[in-house]
Amino acid sequence: MTLTFTLNGRKMSQEISPDESLLSVLRRCGCYSVRSGCDTSNCGICTVWVDGHAILSCSYPAPRAEGRSVTTMEGVRDEAQDLMTFLAEEGADQCGFCSPGFIMSVLAMLRELKDPTVDEMEQYLSGNLCRCTGYNSQHRAIVKLLEKRRDEHHV
Amino acid sequence: MSENRFRAVNRAVPKTDAFSIMGGAPVYTGDMVPRDALTVLLLRSPHAFARVKKVHKDKAMLVSGVVCVLDHTDVPSHRYSNAGASYPGNNPFDRRILDEYARYVGDPVALVAAETEEAARKALKLIRVEYEVLQPVLDYETADTDPSVVHPEDNFVFQCDIGGDLEHNVLSTIQSDGGDFDAAYAACPIQLDETYHTMANQQAMMETFRTYSYLDQAGRLTLVSSTQITFHARRLVSQALGIPQAKVRVIKPRVGGGFGAKQSMGTELFAAVVTHLTGRPAYCCFTRQETCQCTNTRHAFRIRVRMGADLDGTVRALWVDSLENAGAYGEHAANVIGLSAHKTIPLCAKAEDWRFTGKVVYTNTTPGGAYRGFGATQGCFAVESTLNKLAVKLHLDPTLIRLKNIPEVGKPMSAYYGEVLQSCSLDRCIATGKKMISWDEKYAPAPFSKPSGPHRYRGVGMAVSMQGSGITATDNCSVTLRLDDGGFYTLLIGASDIGTGCDTILAQMAAEILQCDTEKITVSGVDTSYSPYDKGSYASSTTYITGNATTKAAKELLGKMYDAAAETLKVPREELFFDGESFSGRGARLTVFELGRDSVNRFQTWLSATASFSSPTSPPPFVAGFAEVEVDTQTGEVKLLDLVGVVDCGTVINKALAHVQAEGGFAQGAGMALYEQVHLTEEGKLSTNSFMQYKLPSRLDLPPIRIAFEESYEPTGPFGAKSIGEVVINTPSPAIMAAIQNAVGVTIQTLPATAEKVFMALRAAEGQKEIR
Ligand code: FES
Ligand code: FES
Repeated sequence: MTLTFTLNGRKMSQEISPDESLLSVLRRCGCYSVRSGCDTSNCGICTVWVDGHAILSCSYPAPRAEGRSVTTMEGVRDEAQDLMTFLAEEGADQCGFCSPGFIMSVLAMLRELKDPTVDEMEQYLSGNLCRCTGYNSQHRAIVKLLEKRRDEHHV
Repeated sequence: MSENRFRAVNRAVPKTDAFSIMGGAPVYTGDMVPRDALTVLLLRSPHAFARVKKVHKDKAMLVSGVVCVLDHTDVPSHRYSNAGASYPGNNPFDRRILDEYARYVGDPVALVAAETEEAARKALKLIRVEYEVLQPVLDYETADTDPSVVHPEDNFVFQCDIGGDLEHNVLSTIQSDGGDFDAAYAACPIQLDETYHTMANQQAMMETFRTYSYLDQAGRLTLVSSTQITFHARRLVSQALGIPQAKVRVIKPRVGGGFGAKQSMGTELFAAVVTHLTGRPAYCCFTRQETCQCTNTRHAFRIRVRMGADLDGTVRALWVDSLENAGAYGEHAANVIGLSAHKTIPLCAKAEDWRFTGKVVYTNTTPGGAYRGFGATQGCFAVESTLNKLAVKLHLDPTLIRLKNIPEVGKPMSAYYGEVLQSCSLDRCIATGKKMISWDEKYAPAPFSKPSGPHRYRGVGMAVSMQGSGITATDNCSVTLRLDDGGFYTLLIGASDIGTGCDTILAQMAAEILQCDTEKITVSGVDTSYSPYDKGSYASSTTYITGNATTKAAKELLGKMYDAAAETLKVPREELFFDGESFSGRGARLTVFELGRDSVNRFQTWLSATASFSSPTSPPPFVAGFAEVEVDTQTGEVKLLDLVGVVDCGTVINKALAHVQAEGGFAQGAGMALYEQVHLTEEGKLSTNSFMQYKLPSRLDLPPIRIAFEESYEPTGPFGAKSIGEVVINTPSPAIMAAIQNAVGVTIQTLPATAEKVFMALRAAEGQKEIR
C-alpha cells in the first residue's frame, strides 16, 4: 500500500506493507536518527512526533500515519540546538544512542509544559531509558535550557 | 590541585562527536548497511541441551530470495573463543560458528541469509531440526557433580592449563595464598563466615549487537561492527573461518554502548561467514531478546567470605572462595573470577594472611561475559558486605572500620599481584562522602532508630572499592600522531570509543602537550587497515594505557617539530620558544601551519610519531560509595533516597565525562542492587530477556546521584590519571544492602533486594515464619 504523509515538513508518498511499523518506514525514508532499542515499547529510543505529539514509532503502525505530519530529529535540529549544546557541556551524550529519541521527548515536553518542575520533567520523560548516564546530566542540561529560556523572556 | 595547571586536560571538554551522535547522524553500524546486503537470521535451540541430529533445510532453500541456509555441517569447524583478550590468553576455544551441540536455550543451530528480512523469516519457519534432547546442567552450584557434560566434544582447546576438568563441567580452578590464612583466622577473636549470591545481570547497552560485512576493493573480508575489540575481532574471525588475518579487516564506527558485552563477539561471525561463503554483503542484527538471552551477561557468582578480625575492627585474615557460572561458553570466565579476590582483598590491607580459591563451571545457561567491574563487582558485594557485618558485630562505625583497613601509599599490596600502591586518596573520599550524605547525623548503629513515617524506617550504608587501570604487562597499544598540511594534527588510535569518550580525552592529552585547542586534534579510529594496534576498550584501560601512548607520541612529535623548526630557522633548539602556534627565537618565527606545509612539501621525513605503551603496573582507582534508603516494613519496599560517590581516579582528564561515567556507573550499580532480577524457567530458558521483564532503572527509580572527586596524582599515569570506567559500578550493592540493614536490621545476601525478598527477611526476623 501507499502511505502519503508529511515528513519533516515535506509531503511524501512511500510504498509500505500494511503491518509495517512507522519506525521501519522512517528509516527507509532516510531518517536514521530513528532507531530501535528494545522491540517491546519500553525504551523510548524510537520517539518521534505525529501531529506534534511524541509517540513510540516502533509500535505505531505505519498506516496510521496516513495524512498526518511526522517529525523526526532530522526535522528539529535547529530547535534542538540549545538543548544539544547543554547536553554536550554536561557530557550527557555518552553513547548517544538514546539521544535523538530523548531530545524529541524533551522538545515535546517543552511545547506542552512551559516551565516544568523537576517532578513533572521526570514523569514526562520516564519512558526514555538511558543506560549510560544515570539521567542526572540530562536533567542538568534541561534545567540550564529552562534558565536560558527564562532569561531570554526577561530581556 | 590548582585549577590552571592544565590547558586542555582536567577540564569539561564536550565530546568530539557530540553533535553528530545527538543530532541523529547515520554514524552507527545499522545506519550504513549496504543496500544489497543479505539479511542474516538465526534459528535457535528451544532446548537447553541437545545434539543436532539433522537439519532439514530443503523447504527453506526454496523460499524465493533465500541465498543460503547453513548448519554446522556447512561452516568451518575450527574452534575459537568469542572473548576479546590479548593473546595468547586463557580463554578456551569452545565455540563453533554453528555447533553440533546446542548448549543453552537460544544457542544457534542454523542460519538463513536472504535478500529480504521477510524471506529470511519465512525460511526460518520452514527449517526442521531433529534433536537428541539431553539432560541439561542448570544449577551451577551442583554442576561439578552433574552427570551431564556440557562440553563433550573432542576438539575443545585449552590455550593453557587453567585447572579445567571437563568431565565435571569445570572450566577452571584457581588458588592463591598470601601468608598463612588458616593460622591467622584461627587466632582471630572475631570470625565471620558468610555466603553471597550475585546475578547474571544484563549489560543492556541501548544498541544491540550488529555487524555488516562485505568484500572490500582488495577482496578482504571487511566487517563493520559495533564492538569494543576491533583488533581482537580481526584475529578471532580469521581463526574461526580459517583464513589469514591479512584477509580480514574490521571497522568500528560509533557504538551505542557496550559496558563489556561487546568485549565478546556477538554478530560478527554470522555476517562474516555468509560473506565469506557467498561473496555477498551481509547484515546480522540481533533483536533485544537475542542480545539479552543469546550473547553474554555478567557471570553469576556464589562467594563465601571468611574474615578474621581483631576487636578493634582490623581485618587480619581473609578468604574469598568464589564459584562462578560460566554458562554454556567460557568467554572471560577464567579471568573474571580472579578479580573477585584480587580487587577486594587489598582493601583489607592489614590482612596479610589471605586466600583465594575459585572454581568456574560450565552449565547449560546463557553464557557469561564481561560486564563493567568484571568480577570485582561481585567480589566487592561479598567482601564489603562482610566488612559491614563486622562493623555491626563490633558496634563500630563502618566508615571508621574502613579507615583502619584501607591500603597505604608506598606499600606493596600482596593480594594485588604485589604491586606497590603509588596513589590513593580513599581516606579523603570517605571523609568527603560522609560530609555529603551527612553521615554523622544520619548514622545510628541500631536498626529502627530512624522512623520516617508509618512503618517506614531510614538507614545509611557505605562501601569502598578499587579496580585497575588496564591489565598489567598484557595489554598493549600504539598511537600515531602527525602534523598535517593545514597546521592541524591527526591522532590515529585503535582504542574503541563506545560512548566512553576516549576519542575526546585522548585528543585533550595530545592538545595539552602540543599546547593547542582540543579541536585542533582530529581523531580517527578504528579501522584495522590503518589504525595502529590497540587491545581495545575494556579493563578500564583507555585513559591509562592508550593515554600513556598518546602522551608519549605527542612528546616525540613535539621534539621532532622542535628539530625541524631549529633547522629551518637556523636557531639552536634550546633557544626556541614554542607557544602552540609558532616557534620563535633570535627574532625568527615559524608557525605550526608553515611547519605542516613544509612537512608534506619539503622535508625528507614527515612530522609524525608513533608510540607504544604496555604497563608494568595497573594503578587502582578508588571509590567510596554511600547510600540512604527508606524501607517500608509492611511491603518490604526499599526506596533509594540518596546515592553518593566520591572517586579517586587520579587527575580527572575530562571533568564532564568523568562525572557522567561515575553517575552512570552508580545507576547501573543501583539497578543491580534493587531492580535487575534474573529469572530462568524450569527448562533453563532465560525469561528475563527483554526490557519488559528485565527492569532497568528509569529516571523515576533513581535519586539524584551525587558525585565528587578527590583527586590523587598517579605518577605513572598520563598527567597523573588513573581509570574511572568500571570502579564506579561496584559500591552501590554493598552500600545499599548495608543501608537496608541499618534501617530495619535484615541482611540481604542474594541480589537484588526486591520488596518481596526484604519483606520475607523481615518476616523471618520477626520469627513468624522460617523462610530460607
Ligand atoms: S524501540 Fe524501544 S520503545 Fe520503541
Ligand atoms: S547515552 Fe547511551 S543510552 Fe543514553
